Amino acid sequence: MTAVTLGDSKLDSKCPSGPLAARWDKHRFELKLVNPANKRKFHVLVVGTGLAGASAASTLADLGYKVSAFCIQDSSRRAHSIAAQGGINAAKNYQNDGDSVWRLFYDTIKGGDFRARESNVYRLAQVSNDIIDQCAALGVPFAREYGGLLANRSFGGAQVSRTFYSRGQTGQQLLLGAYSALMRQVGEKRVQMYTRHEMLDLVLVEGVARGIVCRNLTSGAIESFAGDAVLLCSGGYANVFYLSTNAKNCNVTAAWRAHRRGAYFANPCYTQIHPTCIPVSGEHQAKLTLMSESLRNDGRVWVPKQQGDTRAPSAIPEGERDYYLERKYPSFGNLAPRDIASRSAKEQCDAGRGVGPGGMSVYLDFADAIQRDGLAAIRAKYGNLFEMYERITAEDPYRQPMRIYPAVHYTMGGLWVDYNLESTIPGLFVLGEANFSDHGANRLGASALMQGLADGYFVIPYTLGGHLAGRKLPKLTTDHEAFRQAEAEVRARTKNWLSIKGQRSVQSFHRELGLTMWEHCGMGRNRASLLAGLSKLAAQRSEFHANLRVMGDGEDLNQQLEHAGRVADFYELGELMIRDALHREESCGGHFREEHQTPDGEARRDDAKFCYVAAWEHAGDQDGWKLHREPLEFENVQLATRSYK
Amino acid sequence: MSATRSSGPSALRLTLNIWRQKNAKTPGGFEVYRLEGISVDMSFLEMLDELNEKLTVEGREPVAFDHDCREGICGACSLVINGQPHGPDRNTTTCQLHMRRFRDGDTITIEPFRASAFPVLKDLSIDRSAFDRIMAAGGFITARTGSPPDANAIPIPKVAADLAMDAAQCIGCGACVAACKNAAAMLFVSAKISHLGLLPQGQPERRSRALKLVTQMDAEGFGACTNERECEAACPKGISVANIARLNRDYLWASLSDPS
Repeated sequence: MTAVTLGDSKLDSKCPSGPLAARWDKHRFELKLVNPANKRKFHVLVVGTGLAGASAASTLADLGYKVSAFCIQDSSRRAHSIAAQGGINAAKNYQNDGDSVWRLFYDTIKGGDFRARESNVYRLAQVSNDIIDQCAALGVPFAREYGGLLANRSFGGAQVSRTFYSRGQTGQQLLLGAYSALMRQVGEKRVQMYTRHEMLDLVLVEGVARGIVCRNLTSGAIESFAGDAVLLCSGGYANVFYLSTNAKNCNVTAAWRAHRRGAYFANPCYTQIHPTCIPVSGEHQAKLTLMSESLRNDGRVWVPKQQGDTRAPSAIPEGERDYYLERKYPSFGNLAPRDIASRSAKEQCDAGRGVGPGGMSVYLDFADAIQRDGLAAIRAKYGNLFEMYERITAEDPYRQPMRIYPAVHYTMGGLWVDYNLESTIPGLFVLGEANFSDHGANRLGASALMQGLADGYFVIPYTLGGHLAGRKLPKLTTDHEAFRQAEAEVRARTKNWLSIKGQRSVQSFHRELGLTMWEHCGMGRNRASLLAGLSKLAAQRSEFHANLRVMGDGEDLNQQLEHAGRVADFYELGELMIRDALHREESCGGHFREEHQTPDGEARRDDAKFCYVAAWEHAGDQDGWKLHREPLEFENVQLATRSYK
Repeated sequence: MSATRSSGPSALRLTLNIWRQKNAKTPGGFEVYRLEGISVDMSFLEMLDELNEKLTVEGREPVAFDHDCREGICGACSLVINGQPHGPDRNTTTCQLHMRRFRDGDTITIEPFRASAFPVLKDLSIDRSAFDRIMAAGGFITARTGSPPDANAIPIPKVAADLAMDAAQCIGCGACVAACKNAAAMLFVSAKISHLGLLPQGQPERRSRALKLVTQMDAEGFGACTNERECEAACPKGISVANIARLNRDYLWASLSDPS
């Protein structure tokens, strides 16, 4: 693909004006409503059944819309939201420690390094309280205190305790709540559920999103579905790095196919590297495992002061340890935000003070907490996480510090959406991690669950009405020519992977791609390395298309065939991520350009030149991408240097 | 924790006896594969990844198996390893089982979860949609979005909340069914009945929920409980059979009372 060209901005965020606190109310009043009798005439297609998808599908069906929901898993309960451990933020101020909607809003804007929209983030903070109420009503067993009221804990980037949790399985419990609401609608026949279905193309009719083409993963059949709106709730793209904390089947294909049909992709280079993951143990590794950020409530991060110190941790006296987060960021300490904690760990390891095999980890030590609170208290809070750690590493974290290292965890970038969550394709809405909207350049812990459920339970039920009641949507079926054409393209692509008959497996290509992305577009980025990454990627991609081997056929369950299509899309996304990282000549949040740092190694933003959302338009395989800019305006908070010192 | 570092060499040679089946309609059978150089630090599924890599390079079709999060929480993985659902470690899913649990020269037999309500789709991959249909019959609390009271309006005693959470941890993998000689789904169903029935929010639908879930469970062809407790032993989340007692109590109570 050719170089980046600049396009004219046609991006209208549709953010309401007026006082920040009144904007969502005002907007909801101005949105058109769909009369109850008419709702059942509209068919909504929901792709993905994680927190965003399941909450959206169940709520829309309860409102009376006809809904079809699709997921690639064997059950909608298994979407990757289930793996979120630590918690979900809300501005309840149940702890009486000074929290408020404004403070949650401010922390989130600042945490995102001033690269998100004020209006969206404020709305997110406003509905956060409703989410907790809704989840409790659905039977989510949040942690409680002895008086029966809800408990909270602290997360990174905040000085208040506003995180609600269910042991170390908050994502699971929130998802099972949304899943149960979805199953109720399935039982009442208001949602038709299609499991083991993968969306492989978006169908546009007269420029409006009117359907999808799926592959039935069990039978191999290519199936089309027509509707009046399409909701993409298909998650993030961290698996472009191969090794990440995402589930193995997470992929960008649904979002990427929509991008190729005209949906702009925003800020693809904003990726989150989570500071506390179990280090890589060898070349065979297929997956990285997160250790919840909640552990930083009690665990202290340190490395030996001396380089190459190979003594056992217990043999290193207190005075020879560097608790570098507490030293560098005294007011936030071990609860510094993720991007900062990750970069600091890399800095220590790069300087030769890392521990464990290859010096590629740092300690997360619970000795002080165990001494202070007792073993039983620590076990009650983190028992399942400690067990998971021991199972993987065969080391007992009650006796010796955990070894941790940063790993790719989440992607703040995603399809561009306006305040209504509508993409640049009319009728295509994007929810949850799949969109780019609320986290700016760095997401704070316990905010992903909040955003997924905010979008699904409380935003889309209102904003969808604007599309359905406001546009002419002629009746159509999958007999329409546009479906025939998209199906033919999907069939050709699928057949292509089987017909290359080369020498190498999909997995070997994916692993190589991931390593390239990690080395060239990972925690630290610079121009020379990004450019080198681009040429490596181009070579790998040509080899993929010439030398891929997929066994079996397309007529039944074929996991390698599914994987091949996803990796092919990851190559294209990888290129766009690198191009976005190259063009953004500043450091902000998770995007750290080594050329742009302060003398003490902190990120240096360039608000004069880069205070905008970069939204990339796919201009065809020959012409590359066109950049559109949506300026970010800050009327309520002052653009400041982000400091956690 | 039963996982300990094996005392043998750090690379294992293994013989694998794996169930291969083209699809639901074709009969299956065991095939034997040999692997060398398997690191003890690998997870069980990474070992299968290695096998599939080898099969692809040799031009043979890889083994299909369900997996996703590989953190023991999504419930997708579902193998019977040497006769035990999820293998030899207690409270551990297949994806969290590590090869240091095995010895050099071991033969490992790998099969799908077997139950008539869980038909095999291909090789080790099965269809567990029966569980979704049971949940759709009544495994929920009816709460319209936007209408609930403040979350702290109904205090819930910590003990009840903790018991509900113990039951709510079920990952819906189906190991309980695979372990049971009757292929009963009582542990799965009872975990949901306990989770929701222990909470004040779950009271209004408690009786109808018990009736609906049990009716659907029977309709799906799962067997009945004969108190062998194999389900509890196989459950990767340590769900207790005490939940089955709660199910029986609620079901009996609901059967004898006005079905309102």
